[in-house]
Amino acid sequence: MTPKFKAQAGTFESSDIMVLIEPVAEGSGRQVDISSTVMLQFEEDLKSCINQVLDVMEIENVHLIAKDKGALTPTIKARVETAVKRSLGIQEGTL
Amino acid sequence: MAKKKRRSMLYIPGNNPAMIQQAGVYGCDAVLLDLEDAVALNQKDAARILVRSMLETVNFYETEVCVRVNNMQTPFGLADLEEIVPMQPDNIRFPKTESVQDVKDFMKEVRRIEKKHGIKDPKMTIHVMIETAKGVANVYDIAACEPRIDAITIGGQDLTADMGIVKTPDGAGIDYARKRIVMAGKANNLDVLDTVFADVNDEEGLKEETEYIKKLGFAGKALINPRQVDPVHEVFNPTENEIRKAYRVYSEFYKNTKAGIGVFAIDGKMIDAPVVQRAITVLEYANIDIKDIEKSLD
Amino acid sequence: MKNALGVEIPEYIEGLGELQPYQGVWKSIIEDEVPSTNISRTLKAKKAHTSKLCSSLEEAIKKCKPFDGMTVTCHHHLRGGDGVLMQTIEILDKMGIKDITLASSSLTSAHDGLVPYVENGMITKIFSSGIRGRLGEIISMGKLKHPAIIHSHGGRVRDFLTGRIKPDLSVLAASAADEEGNSTGSHGPSAFGSMGYADIDARYSKNVIIVTDNMVEYPCVPSTVRQHFVDYVVKVDSIGDATKIASGTTRITSSPMDLRIARIGATVIEHSGLFKDGMSFQVGAGGASLAVAKFLREDMKRKSIQGSFMIGGVTSYGVDMLEEGLFKAIFDVQSFDAAVSTSVLNNPKHVEITCDQYANPNNCGAMTNKLDVVVLGALEVDVDFNVNVITGSSGEIRGASGGHSDTASGANLSVIVCPSFRGRLPIIMDRVHTVVTPGESVDVIVTERGVCVNPAKPNLAAALKKAGLKVVDIRDLKKEVDSMTGIPAKKELGDKIVALVEYRDGTIIDVIKNVTNLE
Repeated sequence: MTPKFKAQAGTFESSDIMVLIEPVAEGSGRQVDISSTVMLQFEEDLKSCINQVLDVMEIENVHLIAKDKGALTPTIKARVETAVKRSLGIQEGTL
Repeated sequence: MAKKKRRSMLYIPGNNPAMIQQAGVYGCDAVLLDLEDAVALNQKDAARILVRSMLETVNFYETEVCVRVNNMQTPFGLADLEEIVPMQPDNIRFPKTESVQDVKDFMKEVRRIEKKHGIKDPKMTIHVMIETAKGVANVYDIAACEPRIDAITIGGQDLTADMGIVKTPDGAGIDYARKRIVMAGKANNLDVLDTVFADVNDEEGLKEETEYIKKLGFAGKALINPRQVDPVHEVFNPTENEIRKAYRVYSEFYKNTKAGIGVFAIDGKMIDAPVVQRAITVLEYANIDIKDIEKSLD
Repeated sequence: MKNALGVEIPEYIEGLGELQPYQGVWKSIIEDEVPSTNISRTLKAKKAHTSKLCSSLEEAIKKCKPFDGMTVTCHHHLRGGDGVLMQTIEILDKMGIKDITLASSSLTSAHDGLVPYVENGMITKIFSSGIRGRLGEIISMGKLKHPAIIHSHGGRVRDFLTGRIKPDLSVLAASAADEEGNSTGSHGPSAFGSMGYADIDARYSKNVIIVTDNMVEYPCVPSTVRQHFVDYVVKVDSIGDATKIASGTTRITSSPMDLRIARIGATVIEHSGLFKDGMSFQVGAGGASLAVAKFLREDMKRKSIQGSFMIGGVTSYGVDMLEEGLFKAIFDVQSFDAAVSTSVLNNPKHVEITCDQYANPNNCGAMTNKLDVVVLGALEVDVDFNVNVITGSSGEIRGASGGHSDTASGANLSVIVCPSFRGRLPIIMDRVHTVVTPGESVDVIVTERGVCVNPAKPNLAAALKKAGLKVVDIRDLKKEVDSMTGIPAKKELGDKIVALVEYRDGTIIDVIKNVTNLE
């Protein structure tokens, strides 16, 4: 699936991760840009965690920007899932 | 059976990962992950997904975990249930319950979702929250209508708003509601939990209010800051004296029961079932295992 | 050669001489004997009624005949507001002095200005208890010519007395001084309280200059540093930024996490067997470490316990406890806020002490040897109970040894309070990046997820368990935290030794290698 809308989820608070999704053209592939307060220690972990969620949600073409403040795995997964759903326009039960 | 302690329930905003991941360390008896009033209207999806994700992996230790979903009348309530019910937290809290019909509608969805996910013997219980005059009026019926309900809470802020009055430090405006809700709870063997005390810096005021509601029969209180845990526990914890008495009552009960004697006295006072029950509760609150007492007497 | 913690220590380093490997907390401390190296004082005679006053710091320094390769010291009682060290270095630089050894008691955020002087080789050696900010970064990158030596507060005194540090010039700030150099930090507009760290410099430095923004009429009473140690006196416009030196009062943290950890820490102390009349303790200056004092205070009042003394690092919170009569005296080697200065001045039970009396391992009465309980923080801890308070998550130098290892060695009960992870970084390691305080001297590590007791104290563990505390094996706690945070990637380090961590007895307990991923 390919995101249609610009979307974001998460905050800049400590232990959270801000995930921004920008739609790209079909066939552009995945571009994941990560910055983090714990980049030196968890860069690989962040990359694989984010890509895992994108795999499960079958997102092949996307530009995802993540600004992390030391979020734990469940938070990263939740924020990516939320941002993806919003970018696909399929988020439920919210304004 | 000794009841599980519910002296304190710490409210945690559902969209705040830093707070959720630490919720289990404060030693409170229960935490409430809030998808309702603590979450902005345009972040309901984010909070819901975050809470679900946290429930999957975070260790809350011995703390009871309750999730407050949005009311079914809102655009958010059903989505909350779809996401959270399959996680089977210890309980789900249903806000602004006003009638038996509300409970029926709500439970219909809960059961449907549990069936959909193949949850055969659901352990999740229900807390209803009474926050309107109508809810207070109907609380007796509400408390009796559903076997999975095991607690009622009073929502003081919303109730005073619904009543069109100002909440005063003496709690006069919600006093009748408190008492009525407690009675409905007791009539149906439910725990009743009190509303939040908003001034985090006023420890004396918090203790005073907690002493009062303990007298009325509340099992515990809602908290908005971990700093409130110790003062509230101090009020609900039995004193050394109470513990000693309870220990004695239970010991005598056990010895007499083993000897086949049903009714006995301590210091001239007749000890019957309710007294023994209260003693068991005190011991539970004091973290004393009655089995250890029995062992020491065998 | 390997030391007792398995760290490879070079036998000799150019510019620093021969090194001794750490053997154990008490192994290298000689009891009941005068150590073989003990330097003598450098007092100079003067004829009667000669003036010590100089019109400027520059003039005073000139009179001290500065030379290439000299050792310069200041004290760090002015903390983040210090202006004196930079003034001194700038003057020496103007005079073309090079190859300086800097041996201030500590370096703070006020000393980032030293960076260019390190980079251009004007400063080639540093002895300090702590190094922070950009200065810490560049030293971590290897820009200082010789490895820096990180010592404890007590260790610094021992370094002076054994000649490891040979001070040629000490420029000591005072908030009040007279024309002869009687000086103090206890009164004056820039009052900073105790002047405890400056004593050893005043006594043993070849040239001592007192610098003050507040010259008082002779004699300055009360005074800490006395005139018979002072060579020159200068009045300057400013000794630093008063707001950063000592402002207001210290408040207990409101962080729920720190309070929770502190509450558990206080409970540990209460069930340690030491919580009774005559108890003495030391807590930190902030965070969870200071918050423990709040709970102990409440519980001491509740149980009517009268303590004997508090010591430290003193904050206004400690002063309140003294004034409430919870303790008989407070011993102050460093004051942290304005309220403390006032107490130093006015309360005879608030006793200013020197660092020698506080923590020098080579004397007959270091107060750290008398301490019941100390509560300390940590940047990292490991499964052997070693503690790191000097290097950060990338291996960069950013903290201070301070009184950590001194107090931990002497206290009957050393309690470390720290969260189990900070900003996703686990705090419990297999091995800390840098050992400052060895596990042998650490009794309990208190986190929000469990209390870990050193296996050497099984009775303590049993008592705490009985008291209902969640006592856990530190390896199990580490596993639990790792499963929450994930295991961090290993730090990238070079091979160059950029700093040595000197244990309080002068042996080397750890080495700090250069960091390769800072700019």
